[in-house]
Amino acid sequence: MSILLDEKTRVIVQGFTGDKGTFHAREMIAYGTNVVGGVTPGKGGSEHLGRPVFNTVKEAVESTGAAASLVLVPAPFCADAIMEAADAGIRLVVTIRGAVGVVTRSGTLGYEAASQMKALGVGITTSVGIGGDPINGSSFVDMLALFEQDPETKAVVMIGEIGGPQEADAAMFVKEQMTKPVIGYVAGLTAPKGRRMGHAGAIISAFGDTAAEKAEIMRSAGLTVAPSPAELGSTVAEALARQPSRPVMVER
Amino acid sequence: MEIHEYQAKELLTAFGVPVPKGGVAYSADQAVYRATEIGGLRWVVKAQIHAGARGKAGGIRLCSTDADVRQAVKELLGKTLVTAQTGPEGLPVHRVLVEQALPIDRELYVGLVLDRKRERIVVVAHPHGGMEIEEIAQREPAAILREVVEPAVGMQAFQARELGFGLGLAPPQVNQAATAILGAYQAFRELDATMVEINPLVVTKDGQVLALDVKMSFDDNAMFRRPNVAELRDYAQEDPREAEAAEHGLNYVALDGDIGCIINGAGLAMATMDMIKHAGGEPANFLDIGGGASPDRVAAAFRLVLSDKNVRAILVNVFAGINRCDWVAQGVVQAVREVRVPVPLVVRLAGTNVEEGRRILKESGLQIHTADTLSEAAERVVAARDAGLAA
Repeated sequence: MSILLDEKTRVIVQGFTGDKGTFHAREMIAYGTNVVGGVTPGKGGSEHLGRPVFNTVKEAVESTGAAASLVLVPAPFCADAIMEAADAGIRLVVTIRGAVGVVTRSGTLGYEAASQMKALGVGITTSVGIGGDPINGSSFVDMLALFEQDPETKAVVMIGEIGGPQEADAAMFVKEQMTKPVIGYVAGLTAPKGRRMGHAGAIISAFGDTAAEKAEIMRSAGLTVAPSPAELGSTVAEALARQPSRPVMVER
Repeated sequence: MEIHEYQAKELLTAFGVPVPKGGVAYSADQAVYRATEIGGLRWVVKAQIHAGARGKAGGIRLCSTDADVRQAVKELLGKTLVTAQTGPEGLPVHRVLVEQALPIDRELYVGLVLDRKRERIVVVAHPHGGMEIEEIAQREPAAILREVVEPAVGMQAFQARELGFGLGLAPPQVNQAATAILGAYQAFRELDATMVEINPLVVTKDGQVLALDVKMSFDDNAMFRRPNVAELRDYAQEDPREAEAAEHGLNYVALDGDIGCIINGAGLAMATMDMIKHAGGEPANFLDIGGGASPDRVAAAFRLVLSDKNVRAILVNVFAGINRCDWVAQGVVQAVREVRVPVPLVVRLAGTNVEEGRRILKESGLQIHTADTLSEAAERVVAARDAGLAA
């Protein structure tokens, strides 16, 4: 049996009304967890998923008698949320740490991916920019191998671009040697042949260099390819939701 | 960066690569003088442009009298040459190369390229020169010879000889070809080239091995340390907007669409263009303003994008890491005040100092549409363009 909580334990969700909070709270309710309410500062007094929303954990505990909290807030606010729960007398806090590795040829597109994931409450274990040159010191494959070995990384986002054989090599590596899901994207759908797009290595000069060809290679190797660069975060979140997540328990 | 054939030949000569006698000319008089200087009975006049396939396009003329040379130069200089490689707009001819014409026995192909898969310089050779390497690879892939160069030790003489024998050359020509190949390799390494192509490398009827046509490309990012190569850049061969962009440290590539893009980072720029396409638009350009974009640089970016008359709306997308949103916002405001922006403008800022950046845009009182996310930005700029077209 569960040693820390049972079906009677009153549970609140911090970050209740966010995407991630809503998703997990709904699942928990469906599986029979006694979710008695949640906390989202500024939304106190409203109702969400048929449960009351509070501005502070203290109010939530006073009103519902909650003894456990699931923290589903973006990483920068996580420590604060845990402190607040502890201060309000919550004895069991469950939080999920960063679970996604990022490897990208482009720095700014790495920021974009991270920001989309953060908005959905998805944290990052390590983000690596390997650079836009024709030959890189570290390749996608080097980084994928490290992410595969890292116990905290549950999924990897690989952001490629036009030019060079790296994405295809990485796709083969994913297919043959990785157990973790890899989400891919290849920037440069609109790039013309033979023109250098900023990065020295971002030039379509050979067969298999275009964004469409690389995306197809990734797909056929079993990667999930984000349909657009605006859907990097949501594609990752969906892939993670399909994975059994291992939460980190903090007990007082 | 690309250079002209005559410039590449001058560079390679310094590394011991044998080339036919010749020299550049900017006028008919100069060309005739060159022919006299070279001597002999026949010359070729070759239009100098940054593209191949000149022969079939009439850019290479065989001449046997001074009058022929004069006539050929008159027909080429100041004209626009359209070849299979230039695109329909063609490239302007401002210089010609006058060279001795030689009786040729064999034409071979030699190319040095950066092989991204092997992460090495690879020397590629083929016994049938004169064709494009892509064509050779299609027609006779089995006959392609390759030598992979180990970077720690550089190309070895035996590798060059292996190529020479592989090409079916007689021993005296093998040694000459090896000298040419090793010289080309040295030039590749020491000048930060990304490609050296000798096509064709010829064996003349009297047994000389010469680089008849050569093409060299260089790593732009290394040009700061190769001033003697950097100065060979011929802006007349480039899109004038791309040349202007380079002067401001901006990276610009002109495209066919109508939505102007001003973005930081090459990857984000390509991704933003992808999103514009997803949203039903077509990007007018690629433009990376780079890290540390000052207000002046942002203003230059606006002038550049607006110099394309097809532009119907502009999207600024900056995700600041090294950059600062407040600086970019100041740049946008300054640019919109200085440069008249007659098309709708959508700005998406994110990252370092984003709040300050948004405040600057808001308080400017200028008509700037803002967006918080990448998808919002793309949808808004396409909608703004459509609204503008309907109006």
